[in-house]
Amino acid sequence: MTAALIRRFGDFDLAEDCVQDALVAAVETWPRDGVPERPAAWLTTVATRRALNRLDRDRRYREKLADVAVEQQDGREQDDRLRLILACCHPALSREAQVALTLRAVAGFTTAEIARAFVAPEATIAQRLVRAKRKVAAAGIPYRIPSEEELGDRLAVVLDVLYLVFNEGFLATRAGVPSHRNLAEEAAWLAALVCRLLPNEPEPMGLLALMKLHLARGQSRFDRAGQMVLLAEQDRARWDRSLIDEAIGLIERAARQARPGPYQLEAAIAACHAEAPSIDGTDWAQIVVLYDMLLTLAPSPIVGLNRAIAMWQVDGAETALRDLDALAAHLDGYHLFHAARAEILSALGRREQAHAAQLRALALTDNTAERALLESRLYSHEPA
Amino acid sequence: MKYVFLFCGTAADQAAFDALTPDELREQYVRVGRWFAGHHGRLGNGNQLQGPETATTVSFQGGRPIVKDGPFIEGKELVGGYTEVETADLDEALAMAKSWPGGGAIEIRPVVVQR
Repeated sequence: MTAALIRRFGDFDLAEDCVQDALVAAVETWPRDGVPERPAAWLTTVATRRALNRLDRDRRYREKLADVAVEQQDGREQDDRLRLILACCHPALSREAQVALTLRAVAGFTTAEIARAFVAPEATIAQRLVRAKRKVAAAGIPYRIPSEEELGDRLAVVLDVLYLVFNEGFLATRAGVPSHRNLAEEAAWLAALVCRLLPNEPEPMGLLALMKLHLARGQSRFDRAGQMVLLAEQDRARWDRSLIDEAIGLIERAARQARPGPYQLEAAIAACHAEAPSIDGTDWAQIVVLYDMLLTLAPSPIVGLNRAIAMWQVDGAETALRDLDALAAHLDGYHLFHAARAEILSALGRREQAHAAQLRALALTDNTAERALLESRLYSHEPA
Repeated sequence: MKYVFLFCGTAADQAAFDALTPDELREQYVRVGRWFAGHHGRLGNGNQLQGPETATTVSFQGGRPIVKDGPFIEGKELVGGYTEVETADLDEALAMAKSWPGGGAIEIRPVVVQR
């Protein structure tokens, strides 16, 4: 509803205030007069009337009024949503602002909820939102669906924002807060929304599939005591088969478009793991091929790290260690680089070096669950 | 929406520009000229500025004007020119800026409109 009002009036604050006013009016009148037959329509009408009253004082009133008349006939709620998402994730905004605006305006989070999710003071988030909204208005960031050739780049930003929100929820990197399930599910909901709004784009399907595959395995990442469990030791019977099947269906649908992209490839790799009966029964060769494609499309040292770990299964620990060490210049500050090195060194029987790598990994993370896991591995690598 | 494009660059950009041969310089001006001609309808006033070594800055300290040699922006970045631009929205301005053939960087600033 807020999205539709923003589209009609081109003003975040006005739309939000008027929706708030409509909700207040509902709280006051519904208990007295009964809930109207179509509550959503009632709220929209009240909010729209309220917005028009306020615009009455504005000299742009007449133009807007004409726009509203047209908009109401069209009823283009879906396009409104898409325009809103694209505006919130406009490349002229900082990533922080994109995340906050998307959660606020598209997912309907309150400022307090965003603050809680990102463990930031509410005043900081409030100020971030105010600044972002001011920039949208002052810099002329449009509520417009970009041209065909621009859409790919713009969509990539939207998907990156949603994946960041998902990851923040799936594994928060701060001490004491192992996981916000809610944020991850909200991000998946938003990804599903983008899939519905752009049904012919394969990358949103790839992202949604990737999220579903993570969620399918979410429960088994922690044991009863809340300790993190490695993939090799996870109870695969606890993985959610129906979510995995949905994800694979999405990957197949996306693949029919024959336009591969980073999220589709990430999802395909996650699907290889999800379909495998065990670590040994995993199609590692296929995973290496997919990582090679990913490196061509979106080169990154993290992808190189993951490829090296897959190489361990295909070509042995020596090859994996050589590939890994080639990435040291880029990944020396990344805890999982050292954690992976420790595992490989340990497999090669180089216990002292494994122990040292494990200590490096531990020094580089503050996530409680990850620390606990690394500490238990540390114990297993203690030099004899 | 009204914007000003500030054509910016680094000292290295400026040095590369200064090092152009007369032929290269001519070609560069042709490309830039084509850009200005192509966007003619959306452009207001604008000028290329002489180098930062020609700049003089008047600043106010305790209300007293102090005249100093050199540009206000210190360090490696410099503003080489500006033009007014009028487009429907930021996306249109961004598309224009992306097609700029002159290199360096363009800072896009919306103009304060008196209501």
